[in-house]
Amino acid sequence: MNVLQPIGRVFLAFLATVGRISIFTLDGISHCFRPPFYFRIIGRQMVEIGYYSLPVVGLTAIFAGMVLALQSYTGFARFSAEGAIANVVVLSITRELGPVLAGLMVAGRIGAAMAAELGTMRVTEQIDALTTLSTNPMKYLVAPRLIAGFTMMPFLVLVADVIGVFGGYIVSVYKLGFNPSIYLQNTWDFLEAHDVISGLVKASVFGFIVTLMGCYHGYNSKGGAEGVGAATTNAVVSASILILSFDYILTEIFFAN
Amino acid sequence: MNEKQPKIRMRGVKKSFGAKVVLDGFDLDVAEGESVVVIGGSGSGKSVSIKCVLGLLKADGGSIQVDGVEVVGAKAETHEQVNRKFGMLFQGAALFDSLPVWENVSFGLLAQKRVDRKEGREIATAKLAQVGLAPEVGDLRPAELSGGMQKRVALARAIAADPEIIFFDEPTTGLDPIMADVINDLIIKITREVGATALSITHDMVSARKIANRIAMLYDGRIIWAGPTADIDTSGNAYVDQFIHGRAEGPIKMAIRK
Repeated sequence: MNVLQPIGRVFLAFLATVGRISIFTLDGISHCFRPPFYFRIIGRQMVEIGYYSLPVVGLTAIFAGMVLALQSYTGFARFSAEGAIANVVVLSITRELGPVLAGLMVAGRIGAAMAAELGTMRVTEQIDALTTLSTNPMKYLVAPRLIAGFTMMPFLVLVADVIGVFGGYIVSVYKLGFNPSIYLQNTWDFLEAHDVISGLVKASVFGFIVTLMGCYHGYNSKGGAEGVGAATTNAVVSASILILSFDYILTEIFFAN
Repeated sequence: MNEKQPKIRMRGVKKSFGAKVVLDGFDLDVAEGESVVVIGGSGSGKSVSIKCVLGLLKADGGSIQVDGVEVVGAKAETHEQVNRKFGMLFQGAALFDSLPVWENVSFGLLAQKRVDRKEGREIATAKLAQVGLAPEVGDLRPAELSGGMQKRVALARAIAADPEIIFFDEPTTGLDPIMADVINDLIIKITREVGATALSITHDMVSARKIANRIAMLYDGRIIWAGPTADIDTSGNAYVDQFIHGRAEGPIKMAIRK
């Protein structure tokens, strides 16, 4: 048996998948700019992503900030650099943990829900029904979700940044005994606009990735309930991997120099 | 004297999924105002033929014309224009779970911005009445309806825009015999009231005999017999005979793994 055959087959399948996702992405983006626009659906999706994800993102952020402060203290104490904790917490949260953790949590919540919803619509012929009712499914289903994800994630991450820094503040002041005024001053002094903006740009990209993967896997699901389940899993896994990959790429772009 | 152009003309339509050939030279004409039923075994390609007309599937070859407009290989804009003539009743109703019944019924009109929401609600109520459903049903969600009610709502949605052509995909599948007959009666009533051309696919012979002016049988990717409903019992075609009488023995061999 030729051992290169399965490797070649997997590689070709990978390329085919990348091609299909690329075409889906371009088609989805084009419909975001071409009328008609379904403002009611865009609004509904923005509320679903931006408002109903607040509790899970907030909880994630506060615990992330608290753990970061605690871990930084125990680590930095070895070098007598405890004073840098405020800086570490605010820069880590705004540049990395805020957008990445929010992205991963939203991928699990929103990405999975979108894949399940569109997948169910696909296997019950609701997407075909849209076409017969002279409604473009990409424009009606996918474009509003892409727009909502791209625009609402920065809002979520901004809230996560504030809550995450607050979590670090709670641990630092009430457990580790830091002076609250000095802690807040250090937090503010070392924070630059560039740190927050880079995090918000990442947020937009991650929001787009989460909604894109949810829509792609749901829209193309087949095989009944099992297919919908597979689509849901694939949406979360692929979104998570892409978030981490693009996190590196964007970090390179913003901070390489 | 020139023969009037068929409402739908399908010639030599081919469709395969990988190595599996489903349609292999499918020919069918549907005249304006006619009700044609395509019968055939499960998996014979009946739904595929309708989906090729609607553009939900791309035919691999052949010609499909709707009012003389070619749809095989046509652009998306052409399909959208042609699809405005259609109403479709899906096998599983395919109602939109996230919308109330009234919004399902007037969905096409609202999406095309032909009416506002108030008018859409009024039209939906009228269409629900046509299929024998009370106005209160309009406020329910599809998940709250029985199978028969879902089919009737789907029928109301299919006729909401007063289409010229209505497709019925296995309209009585999954329904009890009484509800199936209710749907059959509604199909006859509605197509007459709307004046639409109807193309149905089913393997329910009771339904086929009731709603069809003409019946065509699909086997092995082709139409092997077509004629008036009254002639089906004397078709002289062994495949048609085996199918309409539901016999396991005959020239139609079902693939059974032993």
